[in-house]
Amino acid sequence: MLLSIKNLHASINGKEILKGITLDVNQGEVHAIMGPNGTGKSTLASVIAGREVFDVTAGEVIYKGKNLLKLAVEERAREGIFLGFQYPVEIPGVSITNFMRTAVNEIRKYKGLDPLGGGAFLKLMEEKKKLVELTSNLANRSVNEGFSGGEKKKNEIFQMAMLEPTLAILDETDSGLDIDALRVVANGVNKLRTKDNAFMVITHYQRLLDYIVPDFVHVLFEGRIVKSGTKELALELEEKGYDWIRKEQEGKGIAG
Amino acid sequence: MEGVLKQNSTKEFFTGLYREHRAAITAGDYPALTIQRDNAIRRFEESGFPTTKLEAWKNTDLKESFSKEYDIVLEPEQGVDVQKVFRCNIPHLDTAIMGQLNGWYVSKDVPLMELGNGIIMGSLAEALKKYPALIEAHLGKYADSNTDAFTALNTAFFRDGVFIYVPDNVKSPKPVQIINVIHHDRNLFLQSRNLIVLGKNSRLSLVHCDDSYNHQPSFSNVVTEIYLGEHASLDHYKLQNLNNASTLISSVYFQMDTAAQLESHYISLNGGLLRNNVRQRFNGPHGDTKIYGIYLMDARQHIDNQVFIDHAFPDCTSGELFKGILDEHSSGVFNGHVLVERNAVRTNAYQSNKNILLTETAKVNSKPFLEIYNDDVKCSHGSTTGQLDQDAMYYLRQRGIGEESARMLLMYAYADEVISKIAIDPLRLRIEDMVKKRLQGELQICEACVLHCNTPEQPMEFVIDMTKL
Repeated sequence: MLLSIKNLHASINGKEILKGITLDVNQGEVHAIMGPNGTGKSTLASVIAGREVFDVTAGEVIYKGKNLLKLAVEERAREGIFLGFQYPVEIPGVSITNFMRTAVNEIRKYKGLDPLGGGAFLKLMEEKKKLVELTSNLANRSVNEGFSGGEKKKNEIFQMAMLEPTLAILDETDSGLDIDALRVVANGVNKLRTKDNAFMVITHYQRLLDYIVPDFVHVLFEGRIVKSGTKELALELEEKGYDWIRKEQEGKGIAG
Repeated sequence: MEGVLKQNSTKEFFTGLYREHRAAITAGDYPALTIQRDNAIRRFEESGFPTTKLEAWKNTDLKESFSKEYDIVLEPEQGVDVQKVFRCNIPHLDTAIMGQLNGWYVSKDVPLMELGNGIIMGSLAEALKKYPALIEAHLGKYADSNTDAFTALNTAFFRDGVFIYVPDNVKSPKPVQIINVIHHDRNLFLQSRNLIVLGKNSRLSLVHCDDSYNHQPSFSNVVTEIYLGEHASLDHYKLQNLNNASTLISSVYFQMDTAAQLESHYISLNGGLLRNNVRQRFNGPHGDTKIYGIYLMDARQHIDNQVFIDHAFPDCTSGELFKGILDEHSSGVFNGHVLVERNAVRTNAYQSNKNILLTETAKVNSKPFLEIYNDDVKCSHGSTTGQLDQDAMYYLRQRGIGEESARMLLMYAYADEVISKIAIDPLRLRIEDMVKKRLQGELQICEACVLHCNTPEQPMEFVIDMTKL
């Protein structure tokens, strides 16, 4: 088991967002997390990544046999957790090259490896840039500064390729993408899939799942996973809409 | 040594000192200069030293600076080993070096050089003897001894400083570097005066450094007047790296004739109390000025940048960008004042001041101010003060970068917006290194000051080496 989440509760400024999430992810699996707006999908991603503004009030998260909640953001990243941001941050003055070189070498240091030399690093960059069709022009610019929505998302996938995470969480990577960019992003993910890593793909729409085929689909609603299934569940959701879930939950008397 | 400025001395000390030594001070003057000095000391006597009751000094308190005792030296020191004091260690920076020790011009051979292309550079005291007419045409014409007490005091007392003259149509082949070093075994109060004259259509790059080599307290009151003739162009750098016990009041007055171009960079890395008084006047149309500042303060350091730009003629452009990082108990002031006069139509001016406060005890007072007397202008100003971008911190850390490195990366990137404007490549690389060291808290006197000579280079420990890529 790569990741095991049990009864996870999390809140921000006293407001509970996650109300008991339980989810297991094995190596080699792709899990899609779906659900309407404001149900806690991004919060789940942030809590796994370790964003400090969220308070975990109950439950546990075990990752590679370790208590993940005890680790700082950067330690989680060095242990192989990657978050593809829904809104990648612009950092004027920091070039992508320099950013990635620092990240790669800090992760290597954590693993007891020697830093990558300039030549080896640039070679690695060239290779990964091709994977996501990132132009050299973009790589020399400041991180995300003045990038279009599509460029920002490509840049996220590029970083993921550079860092080779064990668990990658993609938070609405498809939002704001045209069909070509979507294909590039999905191709990048598919090329990076191995039997040793896992993906959590957070999305609103079924569309992305035509390209990244999930092993499991979970529906998050009001802070809980209310339905899990295979890729067919995504199609069913596409057909029936989230109202279907809402009505079903109201019928159970949980929501409201 | 001519006097000892006692703790909390009053203006009477200086007026008395002036009367006592007037004959010696004015010995090399042309007649009008002595009149200027007499008037200046009278103005100083009326105003005294500024206090926090004055608007322009509201947030800069000199009390601590005046709580120390200082020597006042009115004659040059003898037996200075110039070779030892000044040897620039910026790799590949090929400059003509002018040295100043405790405000006095020091030279290897002659006190005033006259180069083949007509450029004159050297001691102001010497130039007063040899070129009084050239000096008289400019000296005291731009500096404001009427309302600025420190400038008045400087006018009354200065004995020496740097003089540079670039004739019409001459472009200085290499940058000129003024290295002003303070090195004295007792506390020192010094007042030097610099005059830089650029003829029509001339060009100069000038690097002006203030350094101290020990931890002795000092109080410098330095006035620099810079004249740019028609179509003249000046690239000006002011580097300040003084010890924490030093007070520096630096006043630079720029006078710009038609279509003159100025780029001025203020890089303040260290100092106890630094006050940069920058006053620039457009004295003809189509002038263009850009003033950049970066300041990195910590401990109880204080920085005060006062920038005044007078758009007295139409079609001029001015831009200001000052950025600061304030740590621990340090404090900062930015007062930007752009005056657009009635006839200065089609003026284009912007001011921007940004500050990052790293602690709750650091503080800054920022006041960009536009005073506009006509409608046909494009002016803007802005000021922001905040912490490091927490979203960016999270983003960097999520990629495995440790908190400390992430902070460094962001602070450096923030400073780089100003540093990247430095046009002399070796200087920029050196400043980049110094800023990195400074941000890591490593920069110390005698270890890495811009120009220190006799100490071997310390290895760079910076984890993020931006220059290798």
